[in-house]
Amino acid sequence: MPLFFNFICSLKFLPMKNKSLVSITDFTREEQIHILDLAEEFEKKPTQKILQDYVVATLFFEPSTRTRLSFESAASRLGAKVIGFSEPGSTSVQKGESLRDTIKTVANYSDIIVMRHPKEGSARFASEVSEVPVINAGDGANQHPTQTLLDMYSIRKTQGTLDNLNIAFVGDLKYGRTVHSLVMALSNYNTTFHLVSPQLLKLPSATKIHIKENKLEYYQYTDIIDVIPKVDILYMTRIQKERFSDPIEYERVKNSYILRNSMLEKARPNMRILHPLPRVNEITIDVDDNPQAYYFTQALNGVYVRQAILASILGVKK
Amino acid sequence: MEKEETRKELVVSAIENGTVIDHIPGKVVFQVVKILNLSEVTDQVTFGTNLDSRKMGKKGIIKVSNKFFRPDEINKIALVAPSATLIIIKNFKVVEKKKVEVPDSVEKIVKCFNPNCITNHESVITRFTVIDKEDLKLQCHYCEKITARDTISFA
Ligand SMILES: [Zn+2]
Repeated sequence: MPLFFNFICSLKFLPMKNKSLVSITDFTREEQIHILDLAEEFEKKPTQKILQDYVVATLFFEPSTRTRLSFESAASRLGAKVIGFSEPGSTSVQKGESLRDTIKTVANYSDIIVMRHPKEGSARFASEVSEVPVINAGDGANQHPTQTLLDMYSIRKTQGTLDNLNIAFVGDLKYGRTVHSLVMALSNYNTTFHLVSPQLLKLPSATKIHIKENKLEYYQYTDIIDVIPKVDILYMTRIQKERFSDPIEYERVKNSYILRNSMLEKARPNMRILHPLPRVNEITIDVDDNPQAYYFTQALNGVYVRQAILASILGVKK
Repeated sequence: MEKEETRKELVVSAIENGTVIDHIPGKVVFQVVKILNLSEVTDQVTFGTNLDSRKMGKKGIIKVSNKFFRPDEINKIALVAPSATLIIIKNFKVVEKKKVEVPDSVEKIVKCFNPNCITNHESVITRFTVIDKEDLKLQCHYCEKITARDTISFA
């Protein structure tokens, strides 16, 4: 009887149970913090077989080895069975099956679906046709909320707080969905934003709205060196050549957004460098040995955060 | 005013009961017909385009007998005809006149402008939240991109 009572009680206090995570705004500020707190627990004790009775489906309609392995590692550490595909090549999707049918079928075989898809809005649509919750692992250029949460986790862990920080975003601020979601999320924490990008790749006004709505300060720069002494977090992103219609323009700007170890002399001692990875050449290798480089640990944090998300949505952790 | 009214009567006959949609920009009359799904209506529908109007130069007008639109139905036309006026007729008399209003949300009728949006690749009913009524900005419920007045098209 007490066991049954416990069960009822825990159900009552699980707002995230069965909730899909498509966009970072699907989780309230409190829910986001809850995920970060829980991830901290998993960092202390990563292997907890609490999902032994569950099947996690990972559907990757476009390859993303890094994200898929991070989710599968998270699920495995919790004892879940993992099914799915890493590219649609050998599946019925290739034969022209609709996303609706694929999702409805897989929902029969699993308790939760993690999906990545090249079309924007695909994850929202999947969450509406699926009988089980859906976690968006990237829908085209739109959202990648688990990346946002692991970024938030990394910021909080290195700075001890999410509040009142100076955060610089460097590189492609126009097309980088990672940047858009993180700016949106951080707008709830009284962040001061330092935006460093070529003229062509400035943060879109649709994202700036979130900064303005919260009456926060933001500064725009075209040179990375100016922001280094001012910030607590330096969030680097890659500038893709394909974004430039004029190759000469690309050649002209590309070197201005490369971070070298010699540039970090004036950095604050608490400053940490983040990058969503994969990196190409925007951070030189000599930065890796600098204790302020945090991007590899950031990727590791992704596993704890995804453990927390799986456990919360499946309702096995309060 | 009197004169214009009389002239209009000549072109498009009066109705006993129903709805008149007036002051539609001439170019979008057929779009309004489509948005309101008037091809499915079995009662009398008459419409005119390129009518002279002192206010707007050329205008269009649509009269639908025995039909009183719900606000959510009629407000959809504000997306293409924000200047339109709605006139409710009962017993040949005007009982109500009002302007159309851009609705808070739009379903089905608008196509998402984003070619990479799932709604343009699967059979998904489109859904938008109107985030700016004056400038007409519709945010797609799926891809979250914003379809604006200059990129709007109808499904
Ligand atoms: Zn869309």
